Amino acid sequence: MSVLVFINSKNGLQKSAFETVTYGKKLGDVTVITTGSLSADQLSTLGNYGASKVLIDRSVDGDDDQQLTRVISAAADACSANTIIFSHDLVAKAVAPRLSVRLKAGLISGAIGIPSSDRTVPVNVFSGKAFGHVKVNAARTIISLLPNSIQPEQLGGSCAVEDFNGNAGSAGVKVLSTKKPEGQIPLPEAELVVSAGRGLKGPENWGIVEDLATALGAATACSRPVSDIGWRPHHEHVGQTGVAIRPNLYIAAGISGAIQHLAGVNGSKVIVVINTDPEAPFFKAADYGVVGDAFEVLPRLTEAVKKFRASSH
Amino acid sequence: MKILVCISKSPDTTSKISFTDNSTKFDENGVQYIVNPYDEWYALVRALEIKEANGGNVTIISVGSSGDEAVIRKALAIGADDAVRIDADPTDAYFTAMQIAEYAKSNGFDLVLTGKETINYNGSQVGGMIAEALNQPFVSVASKLDVNGTTLTLEREINGGIEVVEVNTPAVVSCAKGMAEQRIPNMRGIMAARTKPLQVVAPIAVDQMTTYVNYTMPNAKSACKMIDPSNMDQLVEFLHNEAKVI
Ligand SMILES: Cc1cc2nc3c(=O)[nH]c(=O)nc-3n(C[C@H](O)[C@H](O)[C@H](O)COP(=O)(O)OP(=O)(O)OC[C@H]3O[C@@H](n4cnc5c(N)ncnc54)[C@H](O)[C@@H]3O)c2cc1C
Ligand SMILES: Nc1ncnc2c1ncn2[C@@H]1O[C@H](COP(=O)(O)O)[C@@H](O)[C@H]1O
Repeated sequence: MSVLVFINSKNGLQKSAFETVTYGKKLGDVTVITTGSLSADQLSTLGNYGASKVLIDRSVDGDDDQQLTRVISAAADACSANTIIFSHDLVAKAVAPRLSVRLKAGLISGAIGIPSSDRTVPVNVFSGKAFGHVKVNAARTIISLLPNSIQPEQLGGSCAVEDFNGNAGSAGVKVLSTKKPEGQIPLPEAELVVSAGRGLKGPENWGIVEDLATALGAATACSRPVSDIGWRPHHEHVGQTGVAIRPNLYIAAGISGAIQHLAGVNGSKVIVVINTDPEAPFFKAADYGVVGDAFEVLPRLTEAVKKFRASSH
Repeated sequence: MKILVCISKSPDTTSKISFTDNSTKFDENGVQYIVNPYDEWYALVRALEIKEANGGNVTIISVGSSGDEAVIRKALAIGADDAVRIDADPTDAYFTAMQIAEYAKSNGFDLVLTGKETINYNGSQVGGMIAEALNQPFVSVASKLDVNGTTLTLEREINGGIEVVEVNTPAVVSCAKGMAEQRIPNMRGIMAARTKPLQVVAPIAVDQMTTYVNYTMPNAKSACKMIDPSNMDQLVEFLHNEAKVI
């Protein structure tokens, strides 16, 4: 089976790229299609995860959905791919649906695992409160894989990199400016997340949350009321109406654990809850619980993490 | 400006999620349906604000059965001018998008708005599919939308940041938080909604591209291990040796 994997290499090769190549390799022979300006040397490292070949269209340097759709569609035809894989990020959310109409391919978005023996793919539904098992009835399949759903596997080796002309055409969306917070880990990709809610009482108290995040190398997140009242930026809001994340570790301090909050974090592998109220509903969804005051527990946890990190390196 | 807002129903966010018929169907027993929050709070309200500022018309469209009309009336009560229901079970995103695109094609809209995703299937599929079928640009997960004649200026989330973009109408936009504030319908709106036009349109034939074969529930968490608040070294030790996440 011929599999095409789309990789967004604008910010270099990230973990999501290794995840999707690993995923593709489990289904068949992998060709990667990307755009932008990475060097052939950099791209050839994708061979280590199982890619046979990388195609790059250097004429496209942005995320325009119509241009990317044309390029990926041309690449799918060039390598006769019957399965196309995306990482379920913001670019995929715009491009994968377009591509499915263009190629008349069935789209499975939010996949959390590989196809099972009955050829259904597991996906998150009802904001992570259940799983659906989806089958495609068309000749071609597009799968958009949620970040952190599969562990990248290094097989050794490198692969060929070829320039590709996908006849991208012109962009429909003109980018005027971009704002990127410096040096932060994008929340959906973070493996470790420290989050806090209304229990922290005010934005001036977030230092203890950030200290723990820094000590762990974690991203920060928050509950909805906290971003609604402007204590924290919108992009940190996790839950049903915010970002859905599935990190390895989610630490929640001063968050009650309302069902709408859980909907965005219940895919986390391990959940730690810190709350003064032993009856807080979040404890029912937690692996480790600490009944205590976040203002005392967070700094203590930060010290313990620092001590551990110092001794293990 | 003629705006089409795509509305789907979704279970109330506190609904208990369970399945029947051998785990092949969502159990609707006792489930309250609401307008999908992204469609209502962000797409519809922003469309109304644009109309209030610039004039024009806001039509809502929903693919669903007659049972969904209560949800459509709610959206009318918030202030849309008229509504269209495509009389079909929305079997998958492709089917839904092709129905909406067909209606949009023959009725000519400047702007089609969808929500960022439905909170039941979380697909983020329908908007992009409509855009491709209409051969129009698509701005997804927009948190801000301003209209200046035939030019739209938008802010949207990108991987790890925010981008300000410009696009010409006609275009399709999927709407997320930041775009508008929730509006509570008032008594006058609710009364007016009863008599606003709700047109029922027969579906076109479209292949179903995907099928939900069945559903499963996540494994229940084993009991939460409680840690003494004064002993954070122990928590770190558990996270390292037992959970192996740090
Ligand atoms: C349609 C809809 C969608 C929603 N979507 C979301 C969503 O996406 N994400 C989301 O988060 N919410 C969402 N909500 C809101 C949700 O229902 C809750 O209101 C919200 O999650 C509560 O936030 P919180 O836990 O920070 O605050 P609270 O519920 O006020 O909880 C604060 C917690 O802090 C604890 N606490 C107080 N002081 C301390 C201390 N010193 N140390 C430790 N703990 C302390 C308290 O015991 C309490 O448990 C949604 C609601 C609706 C209706
Ligand atoms: N049955 C439907 N009728 C009308 N619009 C819909 C329907 N289903 C989804 N949509 C629109 O498409 C958006 C994205 O849905 P989804 O692709 O299912 O996540 C929703 O927020 C709605 O605006």
